[in-house]
Amino acid sequence: MNRAHALALLCIVFASMSLADAPLEPLRAPQAFDSIRNRAARSNAYFTEAAKVLQHPRCLNCHPATRTPTQGDDLHPHMPLVQAGPENRGTKELPCSSCHGPENAPTLGGRVKSVPGNEHWSLAPASMAWQGLTTAQICEQIKDPKRNGNRTLAQIEKHLAEDHLVGWAWHPGEGRAPAPGTQEVFGQLIAAWVKTGAHCQQASL
Amino acid sequence: MSQQLSINGVTHTVDVDEDTPLLWVLRDVVGLTGTKFGCGIALCGACTVHIDGVPRRACITSVKSLGNASIRTIEALETTPVGRSLQKAWLDLEVVQCGYCQSGQLMSAAALLAGNAAPSDADIDTVMSGNVCRCGTYGRIRAAIKQAANEIQHTTPEGAQ
Repeated sequence: MNRAHALALLCIVFASMSLADAPLEPLRAPQAFDSIRNRAARSNAYFTEAAKVLQHPRCLNCHPATRTPTQGDDLHPHMPLVQAGPENRGTKELPCSSCHGPENAPTLGGRVKSVPGNEHWSLAPASMAWQGLTTAQICEQIKDPKRNGNRTLAQIEKHLAEDHLVGWAWHPGEGRAPAPGTQEVFGQLIAAWVKTGAHCQQASL
Repeated sequence: MSQQLSINGVTHTVDVDEDTPLLWVLRDVVGLTGTKFGCGIALCGACTVHIDGVPRRACITSVKSLGNASIRTIEALETTPVGRSLQKAWLDLEVVQCGYCQSGQLMSAAALLAGNAAPSDADIDTVMSGNVCRCGTYGRIRAAIKQAANEIQHTTPEGAQ
């Protein structure tokens, strides 16, 4: 094999790699922040690292600022234009389930490789909108029972670490980049954040 | 994999791979070609069918996900008052231009009227936004849905069922 052939083969190999094959964006485990002596600062550092997930397009697209979801890594408007409806699962006549089944579905062609799906596919409630918020604002929102679905911090910890729809962010289907790290490490960061007092960065900082 | 599917009230036994899209089963196995292939990525709505009464894109629905669900296609539209009223309105207003998308449009319209007997323009736009028409018949589609809704309300005591 000459050099040109080798180069061509490499190009083919890389071109055939889907986004799902790409190396995962790293997410540092809680141990990475052991050197931060101040407890509140360490707590905030855990959340800031976890926010790499919360602020990722796989999460933001269904935590929109309006009652319509967005799509893609650039958060463009969902095509077709759909509405959250009264229960955040679309309208009765055009529910999310018209297109989003119980699992990711391969498509029959085109540039969209798969249609995402999950048993509980739905939009986040309006009180849990994240798009446009800073990490500090999301932190405060997640702690606020009036905006977090009346959950305790223990329930938040369990939800983020174990919920199947949250877990979809790391298994988003062909053609879609997953959220950073793993749900396990994400859960460890949230658990460490809660254990150290669930501190948030001051919104003014 | 052999599987039984309830399509338009008739049980069909089909022998296909479990990940076969319902669209191919309808068109190539059962022979119901009224449901169309459009984009293949659940964006255009041409392949819309009803699964247990809910509109669903057949191109990305695998047969393994169907279980004992009741599937209804455009071929069964005329079996309901809503469907018949929609067909009449479509013809009265000459909605169709090329017609390729219209079976999907009608199935979405039927789902709309089944859940909302008197939809506003905004209601229609919200639901029908999931169906694309390259001929641009949207205005006539909206008018036909309103005509059908009006007819159902005045001629069908049980309403949009």
